[in-house]
Amino acid sequence: MGLLSLAIWLPIAVGVVLLAFGRDAWARGVRWIALVGSIVSFLVTLPVWTRFDNGTSAMQFVEKSPWIERFNIHYHLGVDGLSMWFVLLTAFITVIVVISAWEVITERVNQYMGAFLILSGLMIGVFCALDGMLFYVFFEATLIPMYLIIGIWGGPNKIYAAFKFFLYTLLGSLLMLVAFIYLYNAAGGSFDIAAWHRLPLAGTAQTLLFFAFFAAFAVKVPMWPVHTWLPDVHVEAPTGGSAVLAAIMLKLGAYGFLRFSLPIVPDASREWAWLMIALSLIAVIYVGLVAIVQKDMKKLVAYSSVAHMGFVTLGFFIFSDLGVAGGIVQMIAHGFVSGAMFLCIGVLYDRVHSRQIADYGGVVNTMPKFAAFALLFAMANCGLPATAGFVGEWMVILAAVKANFWIGLLAAVALILGAAYTLWMYKRVYLGAPGNRHVEELTDINGREFLMLTLLALAVLWMGLDPKPFTDVMDASVADLLKHVAQSKLP
Amino acid sequence: MIDKLSWIAIYPEIVLLVMACIIALADLSVVSARRTATYVLTLLTLAVVAVLAGMQAANGQTIYGFGGMVVSDPMGNWLKCFSSVVLMAALVYGRPYAGDRDMLRGGELFTLSMLALLGMFVMISGSNFLLIYLGLELLTLSSYALVALRRDHAVASEAAMKYFVLGAMASGFLLYGLSMMYGATGSLDVNEVFKAIASRQVNHQVLVFGLVFIVAGLAFKLGAVPFHMWLPDVYHGAPTAVTLLIGSAPELAAFAILIRLLVEGLLPLAFDWQQMLALLAIASLLVGNLAAIAQTNLKRMLAYSTIAHTGFMLLGMVAGVVNGNSYNAQFAYSASMFYIVTYVMTTLVSFGIILLLARGGFESDEIADLAGLNQRSPLYAAVMAIAMFSLAGIPPMVGFYAKLVVLQALVATGQALYIALAVFAVITSLIGAFYYLRVVKVMYFDEPLTATTVAAPRDVRAVLTLNGALILVLGILPGGLMALCAQAIVATLAG
Repeated sequence: MGLLSLAIWLPIAVGVVLLAFGRDAWARGVRWIALVGSIVSFLVTLPVWTRFDNGTSAMQFVEKSPWIERFNIHYHLGVDGLSMWFVLLTAFITVIVVISAWEVITERVNQYMGAFLILSGLMIGVFCALDGMLFYVFFEATLIPMYLIIGIWGGPNKIYAAFKFFLYTLLGSLLMLVAFIYLYNAAGGSFDIAAWHRLPLAGTAQTLLFFAFFAAFAVKVPMWPVHTWLPDVHVEAPTGGSAVLAAIMLKLGAYGFLRFSLPIVPDASREWAWLMIALSLIAVIYVGLVAIVQKDMKKLVAYSSVAHMGFVTLGFFIFSDLGVAGGIVQMIAHGFVSGAMFLCIGVLYDRVHSRQIADYGGVVNTMPKFAAFALLFAMANCGLPATAGFVGEWMVILAAVKANFWIGLLAAVALILGAAYTLWMYKRVYLGAPGNRHVEELTDINGREFLMLTLLALAVLWMGLDPKPFTDVMDASVADLLKHVAQSKLP
Repeated sequence: MIDKLSWIAIYPEIVLLVMACIIALADLSVVSARRTATYVLTLLTLAVVAVLAGMQAANGQTIYGFGGMVVSDPMGNWLKCFSSVVLMAALVYGRPYAGDRDMLRGGELFTLSMLALLGMFVMISGSNFLLIYLGLELLTLSSYALVALRRDHAVASEAAMKYFVLGAMASGFLLYGLSMMYGATGSLDVNEVFKAIASRQVNHQVLVFGLVFIVAGLAFKLGAVPFHMWLPDVYHGAPTAVTLLIGSAPELAAFAILIRLLVEGLLPLAFDWQQMLALLAIASLLVGNLAAIAQTNLKRMLAYSTIAHTGFMLLGMVAGVVNGNSYNAQFAYSASMFYIVTYVMTTLVSFGIILLLARGGFESDEIADLAGLNQRSPLYAAVMAIAMFSLAGIPPMVGFYAKLVVLQALVATGQALYIALAVFAVITSLIGAFYYLRVVKVMYFDEPLTATTVAAPRDVRAVLTLNGALILVLGILPGGLMALCAQAIVATLAG
């Protein structure tokens, strides 16, 4: 069994075992099995990084065997510089999520842990799949555990949120399915993504395919104006669900743009780049403004996610190596930072059971250690240099200025907005005198929470101080991708 | 003198018929209210028949018997094998329910369902209009009786009446259409009719006139809109165990006669019947999916879902012949076959769960009755959830691949109209996802109304778990069943 297969199927196997045999009567054992399972799953992914060859844009750790022979569908896995980090990120965030749920989830623990482990394997599958159908199966299958996570452990309006999440994303992916089938026939009966990259396609077909992909990926990213599901879902989802959603699931959409839209329909991508850039700028500026006025912390971070993902899509559709690489770095950074932000909100929510900013104030007085972590993540969220948030945004803005000064300027404005909504929230929640009795009674984070936040803080600082390992990995693949995009595929 | 081959072609039918008679007689001496002996004997017979049919299918030969009256080909034999297995599962799920409602007394449930199966077999292997019609009548007459099995139950009797009246009318339609074909071509033999029409010597107008009646009759039997009115009422009114019987295996037989009549007999008229089926499919997808949303009764919801899935399956039948060229036929028809086989497999689970939750005087057929099933029994909730996600077409359940192959058959035609049809199908299945998700929601997100755990007899538990697992496993490894359907259809098209 190959390394990537192991990374995909190990967490799924552990998850299935938990679902099948776990009982609330021995929740402790379930938690430990989940923790060990997720840690081992993470360790399994480490060789993908250490043994990764930075010098080539070719797929690595490739596994290929026939899966559905009638339709020439293969179980075809591999990673390149575009996807490698997400394999590790997914496994890492899963460990964090398992830790975050430790004492918080007391009912149906095995189903909670099992769902997250299965979800983790499925998402790694999305990043590794090199066969269109395999990609689609993993991409869609992620909906099932997430739907259950939101619906079972979510907040008061969880059912609305679960349905909105499922149906919104399903609509997009079904159109993508038709696009995949079209490509399969156009490629003479192949779901091989690499073959699709080489496939000549006429202008109209490219435009239609572009928008079919757009329907799937823009909803997932989410881009303005199809972002409205995200705040609703984030507010209702349990902490772990929000963290995984923001940290990884959104990246599935952005990754889709890289793997499908850009190389398969390059002409349409160039033709419609103005639209994508415009939507991205609206996301970073308008949604940034929306974030400022939010009263609910989770909603605020959700809108901030939309704004940050706007940077990602902006970087992609500038078509320069700096922009694309910046977009990917931003994806990874946002994975750490948004995950951390949601977990911080979770820490507060577990104690006070409120997400309203107005219910807090002066948390620093009673939770100094926690406030320090929160400050770090808040700074990373507004893109302070030496944190993860800075690198990607800076690269994208640089690329934008090179492409067009005004785009760069507008994108840079977003940094100010980001600082505004993040810091203002921080001030209202953490600083000042204790706002009410609940805040006065708060206890600082325990060892488990400390561990979880430390891991994330280390990741955020590491990426901010030494981004080179991250960018080195993707250089060759990004250059190759842009070479693809530059070539016209019109017959 | 009837040659030996003829007997080989129909010997699963012979075994079934003989055993049905023996079991009917043997049941007279069975005294237990649960009819355990009859039940075991029936299951054994069905298992033997399934193995016989499966062996013939694996053999891969096409044999014509009785002067071309019957045909034994891989498609037919696989469908026979599957219907026997499906009937076995349906009887396993249905027996506790039927026993609680005093429906086992006299053992008619078993005999009638075996006769219904015999009818299906005759439909499947018939290569002659009259024989196919006889098989259909044997199936439907047994079904009417099955629906009316609870004769003191008002709703069931009403359903039986509706089923009978509308079913008889549909049979009349079909028979009328077949007689037009006979009049025009001078033969009842499917292959002769094919040759006569292909020779273009026959008046096209008469043929199309007859075709309209045949398609309408078939649409009645399949429950395609606008001929679907009976289906929700019958599904709802019939005792659930019987709903399962008439909603599962007969679908396979209905698919077989679609192939026998429309493809093997009337393929030269494909241009005409494809248009009709396309309209039926569009209407079924739309009405089935939209009406299902409004249902609060699970059986009615599943009835409308059946209508929608029939529409999807018909889409595959539409894509066979493009511009007079039948290169896509094997892909299209095998897609429909895969669709119907996996659909029936999934239907078994959904009705199996309803039967499982039903108690003595309690039907448990409202969607709300499933509330909190996950807390009461995580296993059955998971099995039902797998079935619902499969019906919604979410991977990695087998229902996704069913939709995939049909969509692929549509897109492979390369015609803009067909691709538009695929997009339409996709959008209606999004609507469909809503009501399947609602069932999952009720099971997982709502609080249970009772805290009682769900107890099931060991046989039901085993078969239901296996059935649910099969949907998932076939979803992860669908290649084998796809190849099987493809080979079966290729052999049929060649033969």
